Amino acid sequence: MEREAAAETAAVQGADPHPTHHPMKLTLHVWRQKTRTAPGEMVTYPLDGISPEQSFLEMLDHLNETLIRRGEEPVAFDHDCREGICGSCALMINGLAHGPERGTASCQLHMRSFRDGDHVYVEPWRAAAFPVVKDLATDRSAFDRIIAAGGFVGVNTGGAPDGNALPIAKVDQDRAMDAAACIGCGACVAACPNASAMLFVAAKVSHLAQLPQGQPERRERAQAMVGQHDREGFGHCTNINECQAACPKEISVEHIAQLNRDYVTSTVSAVVKG
Amino acid sequence: MVGLARKAGLGPPYETGETMKLEPKVPGGPLAEKWTRYKQDQRLINPANKARFTVAVVGTGLAGGSAAATLAELGYRVLCFCFQDSPRRAHSIAAQGGINAAKNYRNDGDSVHRLYYDTVKGGDFRSREANVHRLAEVSVDIIDQCVAQGVPFAREYGGLLDTRSFGGAQLQRTFYCRGQTGQQLLLGAYQALARQIGYGAVKMYPRCEMLDLVTVDGRARGIVTRHLETGKVESFAADAVVLATGGYANAFYLSTNANGCNVTAAYRAHKRGAAFANPCFTQIHPTCIPVSGDHQAKLTLMSESLRNDGRVWVPKSQGDVGKHPTSIPDAGRDYFLERKYPSYGNLAPRDISSRSAKEVCDEGRGVGPSGRGVYLDFADAIRRQGENRIREKYGNLFEMYERITAEDAYRQPMRIYPALHYTMGGLWVDYELQSTVPGLFVIGEANFSDHGANRLGASALMQGLADGYFVLPYTLTNWLAGQRPGLTPTDHPEFKRTEAEAADRLKKLLAVKGKKTPVEFHRQLGQVLWDHVGMARNRQSLETALQKIRAIREEFWGNVSVPGNDLDLNSALERANRVSDFMEFGELLTRDALAREESCGAHFRTEYQQTGDDGNPNGECERDDDHYQHVAAWEYAGPDRDPVRHAEPLAFEVAKPTRRSYK
Ligand SMILES: Cc1cc2nc3c(=O)[nH]c(=O)nc-3n(C[C@H](O)[C@H](O)[C@H](O)COP(=O)(O)OP(=O)(O)OC[C@H]3O[C@@H](n4cnc5c(N)ncnc54)[C@H](O)[C@@H]3O)c2cc1C
Ligand code: SF4
Ligand code: FES
Repeated sequence: MEREAAAETAAVQGADPHPTHHPMKLTLHVWRQKTRTAPGEMVTYPLDGISPEQSFLEMLDHLNETLIRRGEEPVAFDHDCREGICGSCALMINGLAHGPERGTASCQLHMRSFRDGDHVYVEPWRAAAFPVVKDLATDRSAFDRIIAAGGFVGVNTGGAPDGNALPIAKVDQDRAMDAAACIGCGACVAACPNASAMLFVAAKVSHLAQLPQGQPERRERAQAMVGQHDREGFGHCTNINECQAACPKEISVEHIAQLNRDYVTSTVSAVVKG
Repeated sequence: MVGLARKAGLGPPYETGETMKLEPKVPGGPLAEKWTRYKQDQRLINPANKARFTVAVVGTGLAGGSAAATLAELGYRVLCFCFQDSPRRAHSIAAQGGINAAKNYRNDGDSVHRLYYDTVKGGDFRSREANVHRLAEVSVDIIDQCVAQGVPFAREYGGLLDTRSFGGAQLQRTFYCRGQTGQQLLLGAYQALARQIGYGAVKMYPRCEMLDLVTVDGRARGIVTRHLETGKVESFAADAVVLATGGYANAFYLSTNANGCNVTAAYRAHKRGAAFANPCFTQIHPTCIPVSGDHQAKLTLMSESLRNDGRVWVPKSQGDVGKHPTSIPDAGRDYFLERKYPSYGNLAPRDISSRSAKEVCDEGRGVGPSGRGVYLDFADAIRRQGENRIREKYGNLFEMYERITAEDAYRQPMRIYPALHYTMGGLWVDYELQSTVPGLFVIGEANFSDHGANRLGASALMQGLADGYFVLPYTLTNWLAGQRPGLTPTDHPEFKRTEAEAADRLKKLLAVKGKKTPVEFHRQLGQVLWDHVGMARNRQSLETALQKIRAIREEFWGNVSVPGNDLDLNSALERANRVSDFMEFGELLTRDALAREESCGAHFRTEYQQTGDDGNPNGECERDDDHYQHVAAWEYAGPDRDPVRHAEPLAFEVAKPTRRSYK
């Protein structure tokens, strides 16, 4: 019985469980810029022998290996975990932040999403607050400064009450976790026509606002983070929602609504106090 | 301390002259009271005076991030470094499974003693008992601290913290945040760090790679770094230096670690006098996605939890290897873990599962395009529990698998293969986490730590945060209290000399102008280590490895190609520099494996196995407590001389060494 069923599935799926893939040929157009201040340009590189099994970054590795062997400088790009969690990788691929797949960071994108003969355009994030450092690498330290301005719970190490002292409803916990999943990549900014970082700010504000631990500083936090956001030169949010579509963690724009509520009440109370 | 030293692979232990002192400085008293006593007796520094001390913390993972934040809260001036563009991106971010703590919220009989005991036993009696006990003690404080920071640990419906069992543990002591525990813990530490940066208490240097340690009269006085964007080689003086630079699994080229993980900081400190302990203790994780081709830059870990429901098998006959797995009937399948280890089956420990997978692949029964893979089959679990239940439990993992392999694990078995995952070895530290160089402290995966010859799942996150939040802030204070504050000027000849040496090495790399890329050399080195110093080692394989590594290293310095210059962001230069250290270090790792003539934990020498009922070797480690119940700590002796092996004997007062058996 079991054997028959098994044989049947095999017939449907064909005998080879792991079909071999034919290597692809692509034409890459890559932004090259030597330093922050140097002018940049798109440079074309024909690239051969790409396996559909390769990740997008492995394809760039392949390009870099070819360049180094020719004695040319490799293309600089940020990367580290290559698992979609550290937020290092940050590529505009054919005009889309992190490329064509939904909920996918550049490092998780595989070459099977492309076809033999394709032209692929690779550029850095474009935003005044994210200056290009070199080639595809940008300076996203503005995000660190936004967190430093207030994206935390202000407790020192030591003296914390027992972890179970404060029960937290599972739904609140889940909502906090949804927001906390942000990897700080900056795709939301790159995708936004206004280069606003509101989704990033909202994700952190909302994560902490869902939890009792986040309450004491809730209003100040929203205000401080939005203030820093504006000082860094990010644009305003006009509800275009491109950020959500580009976000590799599919952070919802609903968090921006939550942020707006916290922000408005915080400015109102500031005015009243002041 | 007796200087019990031993040259690599030569005869039984013999005494040498004392060149290096290993003083573990374990406090007196009963095991369970040592840490309390230490804290009671330690020296203190008043708050105002703390600001007169500068501490350089290298690394912003769980260990470095938590330490830098906490030290700044206490009032020290902190300089903090990482090579990523932001401290939030340290490798710790990728940990998935969870963090252990002896909270006993489950009422299932957990306790500090049990966590301590499990860790010592898991490490196959090759860790320092007092350190492990302290780790178990502070584990409970970590959870409280993280909750207070807003880390969104999983909760039950009643609102209390949820826990699960992990990596075959009998107790449910693992706290988790979905599949992103490392991320959430790291963001907690990062936010605490960011708060101190905002206050000006920590000066943060991202994209800044430590190239060397500066010592003056044998004491750590600062570090030399290279700014990765501007290329600037620069010195920073400090009253104490803390290394939190992570593990060295990337010596093997392919591992589950992030691409940038490296041994440079630790190895250069080693060359400046810090003993390197147990480098051969490297952990291999059984459930990773197999290598798909030469292009591969890293391996992806599939959570071990999958083994709770998946059955591991390969075809019985080589002839079936290329067939579609679902077309192979049960009678044609070898469920080798269930066959060999009937009582643990698919949940056999990491090292045993890994070695068994290697064996069946060596026999030519491995599956997948490379022939290096085994099936992890969910068909039975799906039949019994329904696809929905499996989706609920592992949906994100199945999705991740499909993203990488384009295969649907609900329809056909996953393919998995072991990969390098974690390194128990590291710089030797005493009870205070101080290395053999006064003023140099080492925390997190970078030290030889508390995991002995094998680490239990969910214990690395625990150790990193224990060191950073709750241990170092005490022990560093105790040490600094005995020092006069004051920085050595960075134009001191030792600073200038060290800076020049670091810069020269970069220039040398650029000057070779050879034909092979740094990555090609790295891959070559990794292949040698994996083949000869990997899951199963023996004298012959290790001696072969030593020769091959030397040959690769020689070729490297004559044939590496590093285009560009050292004045801006140059990823080829960064890589070449890290690979050059991996190559020297790979030799030390191999020597250590050669010198440890026993099997223990993750260190498996095929010559030293237990004998089974049938009189044949049974694949279980045969420890040799008489000769090797010690930590091996290597002293650097110069570029042309063999390193010297010292030993710190281990004594177990409470947990008595037992023989492991998973039959
Ligand atoms: C895929 C994966 C999953 C894991 N899952 C778990 C789990 O579920 N539970 C568990 O307990 N453990 C897990 N581990 C192990 C655990 O994640 C690590 O052991 C731990 O996070 C190491 O933390 P760390 O702070 O010591 O070092 P890291 O997080 O590696 O941080 C190192 C830091 O040092 C910096 N650095 C390194 N070299 C230099 C240099 N030369 N100059 C300047 N800065 C430098 C880096 O920038 C970084 O900030 C997992 C590991 C992997 C690979
Ligand atoms: S909100 Fe999404 S796109 Fe923006 S930084 Fe976070 S993860 Fe990236
Ligand atoms: S490299 Fe870490 S998210 Fe892409």
